[in-house]
Amino acid sequence: MAERSFAREVEDLRLGDGEEFRGEGILAITKALLQSGVSYVGGYQGSPISHLMDVLADAKDVLDELGVNFQSSANEATAAAMLSASVMYPLRGAVAWKSTVGTNVASDALANLASGGVTGGAMVIVGEDYGEGSSIMQERTHAFAMKSQMWLLDPRPDHTCIVDMIEKGFQLSEASNTPVMLEVRVRSCHMHGSFIAKDNVKPSFTLQDALNNPKRDLSRIVLPPAAYVQEQEKIKVRMPAAIDFIHEHKLNEYFGPQENAKTGIVIQGGMYNNVIRALQYLGLSDAYGTLKLPIYCMNVTYPVIDTEVAEFCRGKDAVLMVEEGQPEYLEQAINTVLRRRDINTKVAGKDVLPMGGDYTAQVLMEGIQAFLEQHDPMILGNRPPVPDARPVLDLPEVKRLRDVVPPRPPGLCTGCPERPIFASMKLVEEELGEHHVSADIGCHLFSILPPFNIGATTMGFGLGPASTSAFNVKGAKKSIAIMGDGGFWHNGLTSGIGNAVFNKHDGVFIIVDNFYSSATGGQDIPSSRAWNKNRQTNNSITKAVEGIGVNWVRQIDRTYDVTKMRDTLREALTSTEEGPKVIVASSECMLNKQRRVKPLVNKAIKGGERVVKERYGVDEDVCTGDHACMRLSGCPSLSVKVLDDPLRDDPVAAIDNTCVACGNCGEVAEAAVLCPSFFRADVIHNPTKWDQFKAKWTMKVITYLQRRRAGRRVQVAVA
Amino acid sequence: MMKDDTIHLPLAAVGPATERPISIAIVAMGGQGGGVLTDWIVKLAEDQNWVAQSTSVPGVAQRTGATIYYVEMMPPLDGRKPILAQMPTPGDVDVVIASEFMEAGRSILRGIVTPKRTTLIASNHRSLSVTEKIAPGEGIADNSAVTGAIGVVAKREIVFNMEELAVRNGSVISSAMFGALAASGALPFAREAYLDIIRKSGKGVEGSIRTFEAAMRHVEPDDTEGGPAATELPAQAAPSSEMAAASPPNLGPSAPIETPAESSFDGDPRLKPLLARIQSLPVEARAMADAGLRKVVDYQDVAYGAEYLDLLDGLARDDAAAGGGAHAFAFTTNAAKYLANAMCYDDVIRVADLKTRMQRRDRIEKDMGLRDGQVMQTTEFMHPRMEEVNGLLPAGLGRWIEARPKLFAWLDKRVSKGRRVKTYSLPWFAALYIMGGMRFLRRRSLRHQGEVAHRDQWLATAQRLLNQNYALAVEVLQFQRLVKGYSDTHARGMSKFDKVMSTVTLLETRDDAADWARRLRDAAVKDGSEKQLDGTIATIRTFV
Repeated sequence: MAERSFAREVEDLRLGDGEEFRGEGILAITKALLQSGVSYVGGYQGSPISHLMDVLADAKDVLDELGVNFQSSANEATAAAMLSASVMYPLRGAVAWKSTVGTNVASDALANLASGGVTGGAMVIVGEDYGEGSSIMQERTHAFAMKSQMWLLDPRPDHTCIVDMIEKGFQLSEASNTPVMLEVRVRSCHMHGSFIAKDNVKPSFTLQDALNNPKRDLSRIVLPPAAYVQEQEKIKVRMPAAIDFIHEHKLNEYFGPQENAKTGIVIQGGMYNNVIRALQYLGLSDAYGTLKLPIYCMNVTYPVIDTEVAEFCRGKDAVLMVEEGQPEYLEQAINTVLRRRDINTKVAGKDVLPMGGDYTAQVLMEGIQAFLEQHDPMILGNRPPVPDARPVLDLPEVKRLRDVVPPRPPGLCTGCPERPIFASMKLVEEELGEHHVSADIGCHLFSILPPFNIGATTMGFGLGPASTSAFNVKGAKKSIAIMGDGGFWHNGLTSGIGNAVFNKHDGVFIIVDNFYSSATGGQDIPSSRAWNKNRQTNNSITKAVEGIGVNWVRQIDRTYDVTKMRDTLREALTSTEEGPKVIVASSECMLNKQRRVKPLVNKAIKGGERVVKERYGVDEDVCTGDHACMRLSGCPSLSVKVLDDPLRDDPVAAIDNTCVACGNCGEVAEAAVLCPSFFRADVIHNPTKWDQFKAKWTMKVITYLQRRRAGRRVQVAVA
Repeated sequence: MMKDDTIHLPLAAVGPATERPISIAIVAMGGQGGGVLTDWIVKLAEDQNWVAQSTSVPGVAQRTGATIYYVEMMPPLDGRKPILAQMPTPGDVDVVIASEFMEAGRSILRGIVTPKRTTLIASNHRSLSVTEKIAPGEGIADNSAVTGAIGVVAKREIVFNMEELAVRNGSVISSAMFGALAASGALPFAREAYLDIIRKSGKGVEGSIRTFEAAMRHVEPDDTEGGPAATELPAQAAPSSEMAAASPPNLGPSAPIETPAESSFDGDPRLKPLLARIQSLPVEARAMADAGLRKVVDYQDVAYGAEYLDLLDGLARDDAAAGGGAHAFAFTTNAAKYLANAMCYDDVIRVADLKTRMQRRDRIEKDMGLRDGQVMQTTEFMHPRMEEVNGLLPAGLGRWIEARPKLFAWLDKRVSKGRRVKTYSLPWFAALYIMGGMRFLRRRSLRHQGEVAHRDQWLATAQRLLNQNYALAVEVLQFQRLVKGYSDTHARGMSKFDKVMSTVTLLETRDDAADWARRLRDAAVKDGSEKQLDGTIATIRTFV
């Protein structure tokens, strides 16, 4: 079950003709798929696409009504390969993932799909995780579209436009027998907006129809000589068909006065909103997009429609290409178009705009201004003052702030079961020295940040173990690889563990099993422990690891047992046995556990049942303020507080009421022999008669003793 | 040439930078309700038939990192929707709402709070970042830097502890921020419209409304005028009492230690003669000596208190002889503080004593919000080692065992293990109680001998330096701050102490020795890995 429930939002997927949909971009996309009559959908979660997968998972009923098959794909390659259903049959299908990372994984299948071509519309929704807040390497999906010849749609950030492009995109795919990519940036995925809905469409040709009437065609399979023919077909048939369709259906848009303009701007669709704001700052547009200069908006960024570009540029002194990221594929393409036609319009782009990074309104404003100053200064006139925060940032008070505001790196949640794993690694590190640690993708990657500072590289999802394979050296310190359960099922079982078995790698492999794909929002995966009516869960990681040939496997069922965790790790690192040492460290993701358990506990208390609620605390007079515990924890609920005691300089540890009693701090204090400040308080709600009786008499004796000693002690302060 | 032309063109601007949407940036930490607040603001605008758009970039910030949500809103024009930007532009944001004080500081650094435009609504409570927590001492960021910056960059500021206000009213911070936004008058919507949104949210409505209204009242205490009381706001931004408690003590160079008031409690007759002796100390040092004396007596007994005063008297005499009057007797004051701390070292007896006191259970019961009819037990996580036990033994016996590593190891095997101690069960309480009562053993113990040797050496160094460099002598007294904690932590503290002491003696003849001593101490306090300290020492070694 995912972190966020979309049970309410799913109802919006049923909206019919003429009704207004209001909500997040990613939901609008989901609705658009249903309006387009898809037969099957799939994909792999990851920001900014996770919510799309969550919505589909929650939308089982709606999907069933329409006969849509939804697959939680094992990885992006699986999802891409699923699109092969559209090769022979008139079935529309869509898959989604985070890009470019997902596209990297999927590219083998995509290349094969694009070569053979499709009959039914096939669409890949790529969540372009580029720019601020991105969690991956900064690259563009554009290159993948070009190299495999898949059309790339980049709609304006406007729900109506995005929905329209999805519907048209399927038609384009069918008209040109080519799979299509639809690119949405992070902010557009999480953007709240609205559009007027249409009825959902039930596919007329169903998956059952396909299975009952199987078809095959050798010319669609990528094998010589068909592959050569397919290449020619791509160039001679599919590309022209796509260009015709795009031009005819006006997928690209024109804004502003098109006549007699000296200059114009060509943009990727996704840049539109911020370009309008930038132009507004320069006095060249109002807030509603009433423009003083022409814009050619490429909602399709591949292929470039030569005739449209040529027509837009002809007669202008210069055009500016607004294209985020590098290399400047579109700028190069436009130059080629103009050169071939000998049109002498100057093309500006990366000369006035930065090669990399977010194109914010500020960046665009500066670029457009530089462009116009060079090529059309009159249009700028006497400029209205543009927003400028630089004088403010130069103030001494603000400069001083720069040294004060602490960084706030993301970290593990309160009670996270991964925290004790890294605390244990720290303890072992103190005994056996530092080791080379390959990290992976997932919440556990936060180990690379303070306070743990563990992990040297991360090579991709599920590739932590694989990235230690070079260090398969006898007699040296062993390498350590970390991988999450998500990465394990995504590919790590074979690429990492199987590989280590086959190559007899002695390294240590830690599989962090928290019962969900947690970093992406708590989706179920094969080893999830929860019962899921649509999927088969409870597939054991340990069994899979043993099945692939690992002899040394340790299953830890409670990661919070720091002592056991540490000892197991030490055993793995010092073992002389041959082959990989695999530790499967299992405990439920606390975020999900709390969501599951909290309502049950509250209900039980209300219902009068005996419930023991736990929380941790620190004795402030025992704590000396050294914070060694913090350096082994980083728990959000474990903080520091300043005491009202003139004799104390350093703030002491304190645990706030968000503590979920995972026990990490107590276990660490004990295992690392830190200090006796931590305690666990167990509060019994609705105690039994026996509980009460026992407590009453015990406390009577204890209070007597306490009074006795207090009476003898020299009173130094008001009690 | 051409460019120059344009600047002087006798042209009006091609157009005014027409009316822009109202823009609101919400800076929050993951899981702080920034998303809920964003949704509320969007619905608020939509209910008034405005067009509203929100975006956010959760990314990896979803887990406790800093996150920014951004909303723009504007009414449609003749059926045309405005085109709304997807991210805030520095210098062009109308309202910034910060759910935490350092995040308010971060928003200023992003340039989205500017004097011509921005109403800054910020909660001044702190949620410490991990880097502030892991310093092995005081590492908390300085709030005054944020307060100072807000004063010069915000057009208008609404700053108070919204977290506390929300908790007090049984809700979460987003309701308080929503109330502050309503009261700010930054959006042209009536209060009723805001309340409508909360009512429709359907979850914890009562608490949210209570919090919303409390926040509104806080911003505009006198509601009769209707408009927001803008001019009064800066005054209200003064730190609340919670803030004062959370802000770090001033630990500047020669420690102008805040002078605590002398406790007026002197009820115990056994304490009186000792308290009287304090009056012979310089007036500046009396309050600290009073606190120190009480701590020492509470730790051990009256005789130990007398020993404290004997030592302190000697130090004060040296101070006076060294012209301490010109330094406000900083040496005596610091001695009063750090000597008390040095004498009250942490040992098993003290831990057991503190854990079995009545006030301790009272405090925990209060913290846990224990109600009648509920039963509470606590479990301690203890891991005593042979070192601690041996330290308690009479010095001769302790040393005898220490000299026999095999025996020591054999005993350690029996002693050293993690023990879960149920404090309020009779057997465990009795054990702790007895241990807490073993103070009579303390002053003859092996540990005590070691502590006294350390103390004497430290004080001797400070006294020796007093005549030669007053400031340095004060710094040396403050080095005691590095010694703290239990077992390994304590050993590490001692090694840090030794490092700084030996380094200081290398440069004691230099005029800037005190500055270096302070740098050494700061490095040791701020960095757990000791890299910073070793770096500072390496620097010093390049010139001595």
